[in-house]
Amino acid sequence: MTSQLHLAVALDGAGWHPAAWRDPSASPDALFSPGYWLDLVRIAERGKLDFVTIEDSLGLQSGRLDGLDGRADHVKGRLDALLIAARVAPVTTHIGLVPTVTTTHTEPFHVSTQLATLDHLSTGRAGWRVQVSGRAGEAAHFGRREFPELDLAAYAEPAAQAFIAELFAEAADHIEVVRRLWDSWEDDAEIRDVATGRFIDRDKLHYIDFSGRHFSVKGPSITPRPPQGQPVVTALTHTPLGYGLGADILYVTPKSVEEAAALAAAARPARVFADVVVFLDPDRKARLDELDGGPYTSDAHIHVGDAAGLAALLLSWRDAGIDGFRLRPGVLPADLTAIVDEVLPLLRAEGAFRTGYTSTTLRGHLGLPAARNRYARTEVTA
Amino acid sequence: MTRKKQVILAAHFPGVNNTTVWSDPAAGSQIAFESFRRFAQTAERGKFDFFFLAEGLRLREQRGRIHDLDVVGRPDALTVLGGLAAVTTHLGLTGTVNATFNEPYELARKLASLDHLSGGRAGWNVVTSSDAFTGENFRRGGYLDRADRYTRAAEVLHTARELWDTWPDGEVVADRVSGAFTRTGDPGAFIHSGQHVDIRGHFTVPRTPQGRPLIIQAGDSDPGREFAARDADAIFSRHGTLEAGKAFYADVKGRMAKFGRRPDELKILPASTFVLGATEPEAAEKAHHIRRQQVSPQTAILLLEQLWNKDLSDHDPDGPLPVFDPVLEDDSIIKGRTRLFDDPLATARQWRSLAEEKGLGIRDLIIEVTGRQTFIGTPSTVAATIDEFVQSDAADGFILVPHLVPGGLDEFVDGVVPLLQERGVFRADYTTTTLRGHLGLRHE
Repeated sequence: MTSQLHLAVALDGAGWHPAAWRDPSASPDALFSPGYWLDLVRIAERGKLDFVTIEDSLGLQSGRLDGLDGRADHVKGRLDALLIAARVAPVTTHIGLVPTVTTTHTEPFHVSTQLATLDHLSTGRAGWRVQVSGRAGEAAHFGRREFPELDLAAYAEPAAQAFIAELFAEAADHIEVVRRLWDSWEDDAEIRDVATGRFIDRDKLHYIDFSGRHFSVKGPSITPRPPQGQPVVTALTHTPLGYGLGADILYVTPKSVEEAAALAAAARPARVFADVVVFLDPDRKARLDELDGGPYTSDAHIHVGDAAGLAALLLSWRDAGIDGFRLRPGVLPADLTAIVDEVLPLLRAEGAFRTGYTSTTLRGHLGLPAARNRYARTEVTA
Repeated sequence: MTRKKQVILAAHFPGVNNTTVWSDPAAGSQIAFESFRRFAQTAERGKFDFFFLAEGLRLREQRGRIHDLDVVGRPDALTVLGGLAAVTTHLGLTGTVNATFNEPYELARKLASLDHLSGGRAGWNVVTSSDAFTGENFRRGGYLDRADRYTRAAEVLHTARELWDTWPDGEVVADRVSGAFTRTGDPGAFIHSGQHVDIRGHFTVPRTPQGRPLIIQAGDSDPGREFAARDADAIFSRHGTLEAGKAFYADVKGRMAKFGRRPDELKILPASTFVLGATEPEAAEKAHHIRRQQVSPQTAILLLEQLWNKDLSDHDPDGPLPVFDPVLEDDSIIKGRTRLFDDPLATARQWRSLAEEKGLGIRDLIIEVTGRQTFIGTPSTVAATIDEFVQSDAADGFILVPHLVPGGLDEFVDGVVPLLQERGVFRADYTTTTLRGHLGLRHE
């Protein structure tokens, strides 16, 4: 039996091409309406994909690292990704919902209860796309810390590297707190024992007592343990710094099958997903490039071509050790629909992708084991 | 003929107080989304103005241990409201979000997103806390001086309003022909420099359907009333009797003119409980039964400890009150909720004399002195009382807190709402699609 691929799509605005909103098939005036997002997630669910991610940031979109770009011809503005996922959860049934939530300025306590609540809303389909924020402009939205302007030219300098390492260290602490809070209620903590008048067995609730450089958190969570125990933690990383986050899934950006093999080996024990930008209509891609004043560039591999070509690429990277893919549709919904209707049948013909859901939780789709609770006392039997 | 003043009705999902009866066979999950869906859809069937969900940021403790007798645990309020937006179409969706332990940029962003995702139905109950106990779960810790609570709340709210106003109507043009997605290159610019908030940059959410989500306020102190008179669209009040309600109503509405506001721009909504029966005696008997469920023997001792501020676990719930006086210390035996008694010695004297007069043990006394239901009667008498409160300006409506999840609202919706509609004081159907629209408030 050939091994099964895992597939996700990354939803962002009108698609990943900055001129995607200008395509005749796009719905640029609907980007801030709930129906737009629900339609996209339903297309992905029709394709039986493992999950969707929803992009987000704590500042306006910009093509530059060191500030805003002043462009009025690109999509600007976003809704909160976690709330989009919450809005979609009760009216979808199987697909995993993985919003982007930034670690740098947010409260781990809130992030933990919000994701746990999303897991309750979706009965076990929540995940988290962890993101750090190094932008000075986003730090100024919170007014607690001043960050230096990022400078691509000085990226390799020790000061810049130390700054980025510190962002990842804070993210690792943040994830640790979120995970401990998810475990801070044991699954059977609620007892409703009328005889003793007790709603919970408080011995099954746990202080997490985390203390770190950026925050200390006492716990326990206010929210009972989510259905999955541990919702799925995912992160995009372009450096080995991301390997230390303890994520369940790491998204990497190989540009060749050789890089795919190397990254798949390096990023273990996480499940390794390769990000690929997808344009299944080369003519449309060319038109959008022209509208935008130049060819589209990306941190990830860009597939411009037909469905058969994409299917072949996915299978060869799988054979190199990649567990799954996070496809970034160039234009929404056109490239998402084409992935579902044209690419998936080819993968299924190879026995490489599910024809129907066989579980109802995101951990289940991914084949992740049941999440053990770090605080639960294990029964010792003689 | 002038139209009678209309009643506003909101439904509060019962939470972590002993109002919520979890021991009843009909009591369902406090955390499964199905409970929230069922409760909210019942409120919408009853044409309620809005759904309300409270918040907690640290589990309560008593005698240094996590309080285990009431419902414990709840979801994140805004996330649940986002889910409810998917399964309701008209009902307002409001929740408490703490202004101390949230940053205005993030908070404004979430509330504006909720307003978009619900088509203009979002509302925010602005609360602050200053306790170091809750602060132990957050980056900021318990830094806020008690006296600064309302200045922080006001400044966070004002900052949020500034952010909500940054994108003008029509900023998003999405014009394929000209190639302009927005009118300007980087919309949403703001600067706020104040005592509690010093931030600048660009907001990411376009102008929302309501302009600004509904603002609710719940404090009762003098600064709380000033805050509400100046900044709130609705007050979650605790004055449930006719006379106290009238006094509060007149006081708060009287404060509005100096802020350039009209009295009808702020809605006063006492939190209220209800018990319905086919006859008055049946309702009274049901009310007593519910009170006994709400005050278990263990809960009776715990509530007594909150006044006495001392461990009373050696006392018999059916026995007499303690022979000694309450302990007057700043350090409260209970953490994670506001103090209930201003003058413990005076309250203890009242309780002693009442217990002697009526021959009550601890549990029966606690049932007598704490939280009697606001409305007890037949649907007809309850509808008449609600109408009377509203017509006589003791309230603009009520925030109802049933004692059961998820079915606690059913009887009210089936029994009382039709009678209010017959009286011509409650809508037969929604005539607007936004929360501000339901309350007759203009979009900001």
